[in-house]
Amino acid sequence: MHAFANPTRFLSIARPLTPWLFWIGLALLIAGCVFGLILTPADYLQGETVRILYIHVPAAWLGMAGWSGIAIAAIMQLVWRHPLAAIAGRAVAAPGALFTAICLITGSIWGRPTWGTWWEWDGRMTSMLVLFFLYLGYIALANASAGNNGAGGVSRVAAIFGLVGAVNIPIINRSVVWWNSLHQGPSITLRGSTIDGSILWPLAFTLIGFSLWFAAIVLMRMRAILAETKVEARMQRLARG
Amino acid sequence: MAVVMKAKHQRLVLALVALAALIGAGLLAASALRDEAAYFYTPQDAKTKHIEPGKAIRLGGMVVKGSLKRAPDGVTINFDVTDNKAVVPATFNGIAPDLFKEGTGVVAEGSFNPQGTFVATNLLAKHDERYMPPELKGMKYDEKSRKLTANSSPVAQP
Repeated sequence: MHAFANPTRFLSIARPLTPWLFWIGLALLIAGCVFGLILTPADYLQGETVRILYIHVPAAWLGMAGWSGIAIAAIMQLVWRHPLAAIAGRAVAAPGALFTAICLITGSIWGRPTWGTWWEWDGRMTSMLVLFFLYLGYIALANASAGNNGAGGVSRVAAIFGLVGAVNIPIINRSVVWWNSLHQGPSITLRGSTIDGSILWPLAFTLIGFSLWFAAIVLMRMRAILAETKVEARMQRLARG
Repeated sequence: MAVVMKAKHQRLVLALVALAALIGAGLLAASALRDEAAYFYTPQDAKTKHIEPGKAIRLGGMVVKGSLKRAPDGVTINFDVTDNKAVVPATFNGIAPDLFKEGTGVVAEGSFNPQGTFVATNLLAKHDERYMPPELKGMKYDEKSRKLTANSSPVAQP
């Protein structure tokens, strides 16, 4: 991991990797969405609204994976003082918040025809909304502290906040198991899937596609933050004459 | 041998201890909330917890097959809710969601009347984790193996 601590070495890998991740991810997610709209059958009970799952599930996964990434970056920042980890945490936050919002919105749109309600305060929905608010708090903290340390990353306070917020991730995952909830239990587990194969397969496309795309966006944002700090350092040198 | 910890090892131990404490606190809070955070009562809970009539609660379970009956007024429906342990009669006056059917999940908001019937003011359909195309509708679902099997001889569901 320390091999990548050097921003120059990181950039030499991230720069060529970004377009690959971006375009392959985009192709996969568009293919998955088209397949999911055209080739799969409707559900016996939900009808056509089942197709929202091809967006909703990847969005939920990336919202939770994003915060897990923030927590891992926070540990690396706090323990090893890894300068890129602080930047990675800041880069993940906005796309993570966006995907959490997409998950909440698509879930609400699906809930109206299926359950008969836009929103209910059950365990899964409430804990996911809390995740969204945690993202907003983290972004505010990160923006308030960026530039203070001159490296473009988040402050130690924000890193600790990221670590504490990780408590919510297993709660979201287990919320439908621990408590009676309106949201259904897990469909895809280690024991297999209760989603029929004919409906399930495009999900693999959108899941991998959105994940690669997410990675590309994070790399782009990390590069942008690194470039920004470089500009700032140069400006300061110039100002000093 | 003197145990000398490097600063970064000290920080690692500190971070791991903090993380373990946090997760422990989270789990304790979650388990303490177990009953409070439940979104609905099951018919079994309703029987054992002695919920007094008139108290606003949610009741969740499956609509018993063959129990759904429409009253002569045309807008009131009567049905039984079960969790396979207890059965509670329920009544509802209004428009039920499209997915509200016999044999599927329901969450009803309302309260018990003194006769022990659940008077619902709002009905929500609860979807389960099974997704399948219409042609597989008649297949049998095994809760234990989580497998769908072709159902040649239809068995009456309890």
